[in-house]
Amino acid sequence: MSRHGKFIAGGLVIVAAIGYLVWAGVSRSVVYFVTPSELLAAPAAGKTYRLGGLVQPGSLKWEPKTLDLSFTLSDGRANVAVKHRGAPPDLFAEGRGAVVEGSWTPDGYFKASLILAKHSEEYKAPHDGAEPGYKELMKSLRGPSQ
Amino acid sequence: MIPELGYAATVAALALAICGAGTSAMGARTGRTDLLRAGERAAVGVWVLVTACVALMLYAFLTFDFSVRYVAFNTSRGTPFYYRITALWGALEGSIILWSWMLSIYTLVVVVQYRRRQPELYPWVLAVLLGILAFFLLIMTVPAPPFERLTPIPPDGRGLNPLLEDSGMITHPVALYLGFTGFTVPFAFAMAALIVGRTGDEWITITRRWTIIAWYFLSLGLLIGGWWSYHVLGWGGYWAWDPVENAAFMPWLTATAFLHSVMIQERRRMLKLWNLSLIILTFGLTLFGTFLTRSGIIGSVHAFTQGSIGVFFLAFLGVVLIGSFALLASRLDQLRGQGELDSVVSRESVFLLNNLFLVAAAFTVFFGTVFPLLSEAVRGVKVSVGAPFFNLVNIPIFLALLFLMGVGPLIAWRRASAQNLKRNFLAPVAAGVVAAAVLRIGGVGNVIVLTAMTLVVFVAGTIALDYVRAVRARRRSGDAWGVATWGLLLRQNRRYGGFVVHLGILVIALGVAGSQAWSTETETTLDRGQSVELGGYRVRFDGLSASEESNHFKVTGTFTMSNGGAPATLYPARKFYPQEQTPIAAVDYKLGLMKDVYLVLGEFARDGSQATIKLKINWMVSWLWIGGAVLTLGAALAILPERRRAA
Repeated sequence: MSRHGKFIAGGLVIVAAIGYLVWAGVSRSVVYFVTPSELLAAPAAGKTYRLGGLVQPGSLKWEPKTLDLSFTLSDGRANVAVKHRGAPPDLFAEGRGAVVEGSWTPDGYFKASLILAKHSEEYKAPHDGAEPGYKELMKSLRGPSQ
Repeated sequence: MIPELGYAATVAALALAICGAGTSAMGARTGRTDLLRAGERAAVGVWVLVTACVALMLYAFLTFDFSVRYVAFNTSRGTPFYYRITALWGALEGSIILWSWMLSIYTLVVVVQYRRRQPELYPWVLAVLLGILAFFLLIMTVPAPPFERLTPIPPDGRGLNPLLEDSGMITHPVALYLGFTGFTVPFAFAMAALIVGRTGDEWITITRRWTIIAWYFLSLGLLIGGWWSYHVLGWGGYWAWDPVENAAFMPWLTATAFLHSVMIQERRRMLKLWNLSLIILTFGLTLFGTFLTRSGIIGSVHAFTQGSIGVFFLAFLGVVLIGSFALLASRLDQLRGQGELDSVVSRESVFLLNNLFLVAAAFTVFFGTVFPLLSEAVRGVKVSVGAPFFNLVNIPIFLALLFLMGVGPLIAWRRASAQNLKRNFLAPVAAGVVAAAVLRIGGVGNVIVLTAMTLVVFVAGTIALDYVRAVRARRRSGDAWGVATWGLLLRQNRRYGGFVVHLGILVIALGVAGSQAWSTETETTLDRGQSVELGGYRVRFDGLSASEESNHFKVTGTFTMSNGGAPATLYPARKFYPQEQTPIAAVDYKLGLMKDVYLVLGEFARDGSQATIKLKINWMVSWLWIGGAVLTLGAALAILPERRRAA
């Protein structure tokens, strides 16, 4: 084989290897993005999904001792119960959008391994009345722990 | 008043930039120096006007002029002084001002440096730079005007994104943008060389130098970004393969490829076409990165403001790519290499492989980043590939690159003899084998980590070998060790600056391998007085306290950490911003050479009796920052003009 041919053959082998890596990488780690109604239309247990929706007001339950977090994600048409082990992350709250990664379980809930909360660059103006009671929080904290 | 003044300055700068680009190009075509001088005056004028924009915006921030929409949306009366300055580049419109300003400074530097030295290329370089500057000024005029007026004027602003209130905000975007805009200069020289038809030698030297400068800043920006996300965001990670990070990483990869392949062109007059393509690609990727992050087309945790700006960037990217590759095609006959590859076992072929892998890495990152778009366009399904994809694909590529990093600098040009291979690689390979055995016996079980660390030892061995030989040669002429080392670093600063950069990469590689393999974390809820143990560290929750800061309210936890020695206290906190519905964590950590203790405060009971925490023992993350410092030092050394001792 000529020198030129050797270079081309070597290059092709490497390109093919990287192509294979990309293909394997995609087929192994592809995650489907679904809404609650799409998920419930065809729930396949065990498959990894990213589920996006609104955290239903009133649905958030957090057990500090067991680290059990549960809430309902909704897209307005369907609701999916989500369970997660771990504290709610920053920027995660009722009435806000959230994306969770995990899988559907045969027991009828979505088991989330990861909660992705969204940052946004520009901030909304504070809503009057919607502000958490900081003063009250401060008072209750200052009291016992000094 | 400021909105109108600012807008007037922007429009005037845009007009000047267009005129300047036109007259420079005409001056270049006709050889009329008066036209060229007019172009130069326009460049100076643009710089003055954009500087005025920066000054006006700063003035508006410092005086809380909320009639400027951008000021009202990105600051409030409580925003601390420093962050009122950095808010200048805290969001889209302002960062475009910064971008234009840096580009106008680079343009001015080019004018001062090259107006006499490069009479042939310089006029076109100026025309291209002013043309690109005009594009950014167009962005500032039409889709993202920073000086938009807000009516009615609100009594207070919305405040800066709390996550941006960090010292990283001062340096990270500035370094990153200096890097991004810096790649415009090599691109302009490449275009000028193609237009004039002088694809010879001198432009490549200039381009190499400017690429290192941009590369230096981009590396710095990436590193500071990693540090920022590590210590601010409570993610405990320094890299997440987020689209925004990828956007900055892709041009870094192609620029790195160029910095290596340019050596073959200098030495062997080969790869001209390839090098030009890499420069165009790098510049294109900086535009693409901006398009990606600013168009909101791809979801990212950074989630920048969306706007019509994406269309502008995509159109400009199209024009740049089509135009420059068409120009390249028209000069194909001049770009044929004069050299020939002699052997597969040679430095040339190692550099070719290095380029192949670097470009492949850039391609896979590109592919993974736009995959959701492709999939939705082609199959109509929303999917994404996350960190597992990037890790799986890139780890083998980076391991291969690590190996080549050891081989490349020492293997002979043209054709390496068995003698040459033995002389240069026997000892480093032996060192690698010994290291692998020691690590394996020492309990390193992870194959990837073991491979990475073995390769690091091998590469370090080659560098040490070269250094010892070079210093010995100098010592024969009577220099002491220290003097000889200085002599190498300063007189052969390109080669040894490069080695220092490689050392930095090695240290970073160790940091990445160690932190990925050995870091552990736990999440738990503690009552006051209760402790948790992880990796030999014991952390006790001592209580919570509250404080009111200038623009937020803060709950701070007190934790005592001990691991046998003297106990230390950690104060992780949660910050409550009135403009935010949810709190933001402020992590606390104790950094160490081998281990960082990293503590995040989560939910807590309002009476302070209970707190949920995330405790992480992160291994070897400090090596990233140390390696980063070494790398930037080496790059700075390589930028210095070469002062070889006259033989």
